Amino acid sequence: MTSTLREQHRAVAAVGPARRDTGRPTGPLARLRWAVADGWVMTGRNMAHVIRSPEEIVIYFSLPIMFVLVFGYVFGSGMATGAGNYREYLLPGVFVMTMLYGLGATASGIAMDVSRGVVDRFRSMPMARTALVTGRTGADVLRALLEMTILVVCGLLVGWQWRNGLLDAFAAVGLILLLRLALTWVGIFLGLMVPNPDTVGVIVFPLAFPLTALSNVFVAPDLMPSWLGAISSWNPLSATVAASRELFGNPGTGGDSWAAQHPMLLAVAWPLLLIAVFAPLAVRRYQRLSR
Amino acid sequence: MTTETSAVVAEGLHKRYGATRALDGFDLSVPAGTVCGLLGPNGAGKTTAVRILSTLLRFDAGRARVAGYDVARQPEQVRGVIGLTGQYAAVDEVLSGRQNLILFGRLHHLPARIARRRADELLEQFGLTGSATRSAAEYSGGMRRRLDLAASLIMTPRVLFLDEPTTGLDPRSRNQLWAAVRGLVADGTTVLLTTQYLEEADQLADRILVIDAGRVVAEGTSAELKARIGADRIEVVVRHAAELGTAAGIVERSSAGPVTVDPEIRQLSAPVVDRVAALGDVMRALRDAGIAVEDIALRRPTLDEAFLHLTGHQPGAARPSTAEVAA
Repeated sequence: MTSTLREQHRAVAAVGPARRDTGRPTGPLARLRWAVADGWVMTGRNMAHVIRSPEEIVIYFSLPIMFVLVFGYVFGSGMATGAGNYREYLLPGVFVMTMLYGLGATASGIAMDVSRGVVDRFRSMPMARTALVTGRTGADVLRALLEMTILVVCGLLVGWQWRNGLLDAFAAVGLILLLRLALTWVGIFLGLMVPNPDTVGVIVFPLAFPLTALSNVFVAPDLMPSWLGAISSWNPLSATVAASRELFGNPGTGGDSWAAQHPMLLAVAWPLLLIAVFAPLAVRRYQRLSR
Repeated sequence: MTTETSAVVAEGLHKRYGATRALDGFDLSVPAGTVCGLLGPNGAGKTTAVRILSTLLRFDAGRARVAGYDVARQPEQVRGVIGLTGQYAAVDEVLSGRQNLILFGRLHHLPARIARRRADELLEQFGLTGSATRSAAEYSGGMRRRLDLAASLIMTPRVLFLDEPTTGLDPRSRNQLWAAVRGLVADGTTVLLTTQYLEEADQLADRILVIDAGRVVAEGTSAELKARIGADRIEVVVRHAAELGTAAGIVERSSAGPVTVDPEIRQLSAPVVDRVAALGDVMRALRDAGIAVEDIALRRPTLDEAFLHLTGHQPGAARPSTAEVAA
């Protein structure tokens, strides 16, 4: 026993790169490079989480498939709009709705991170302090990209299609992912406000559900009572849905309100505004963990 | 004691949570290359002190320096030179042991190839190679703690904080951990160790600070502290309560401190210096006086008694206003 212990001392003492006090970034550019590098490493960590829990992948990606099938067939067959094929009207809305529900995964992911002991290690290491949140954002946008692929494939299978060419279709997907990026910051903020990961999953639904209902996802705002229609057409989700309908060449574009007539502008402006508000809030909240 | 060669210095640290003073004028100075043991009961402020010194927690007042860096003003520099192993393993539960070590290596800005090699070295050293690809959630408590320590040693830390590192470990894992710590110290690392166990502080620490209610109440080498708290106690149970007084007088002659009497169980207890000589003397004197003895024994003082002696109250109990602050 003694000899093995002594060997262990020697082994532990013998190796290990020395700590480099000078390795710290100095200029703002070097700091940014660190922040990006660390954020990327944390993105990889969060993706490794997804890969290591296959059951989660199945649940996670069955939601968009279910949304397309349920809403596409059940509602798509039973409802008619003045604006042509309802299923084709609905699918861009389902894409955006799936992005909104992704907020729950972001919020509970970050809440899980900060409730576990590992956050102490991250916070006591010489890594960029933003990496935990930017890594979460990076991984969730990558996941959203996979979700979008699944959604588009499912959509094509149920008869949805884009009619304005590939370039516009990519632009539409880009706008939807931009909204998802903005929503990750909302999710991170929520996750840090409610540090119990179990609670987070519960609070996201009551927030997300009315937000989808009070938008143009299912029903055109022009068909709603006027005050409800006004709320719906100014809903950030509606902007992205309307813009992507226009880019995909799907029915249901246009409307009487200013918001309905400028979907492109709003589909860029709303996400940027959400990021501008929630990213600093989330980062500040994260830094307050040291109180 | 605040000299250039102190790797960890704290002066008058205060930290309060609402009405609770977690740290209440905490002072500390650890010479570079030594092990300092922070000994105290639950709630004494040990973890708060470690979390402050490792930049995880802000403090309300006082000053702290680690490896020459100001903890409040240069936290990034401090994080660059410390390692921290807490009471519970701070590793990613979903990832495998190897993935964990690579992740932390990458976050230390090691190139991917070097991070992988370092991870494999550490897995080997801590006997985790066989479970390298299993997720940390499947590890036993001892394995997880070893992984946690390995994660603190990816870059050799100049100062290592160990917060109750062996709580809940089996003796074998504990010995392994102690061996690893000694190896690091031989290589020049300074260690601040918190523990509830006198034995652990005794085994590892060059100096021991006894902490209670957020401040240091005693300080010294293990030998010095033992001498102060009375290394051993003699306990005598007499058959007839009426003889307690006479017996106390006899015990007092051989003891190094006041005799405590518990009439309920007819027991006398007193600190002794030379345990075997004291035992012989007391037995002989009691027999000569014709006092019937039911039981007589020597035992080491418990941490509770050490506390009682050093602080004048039981650990966890409210501090009397006239608490003697010895140091």
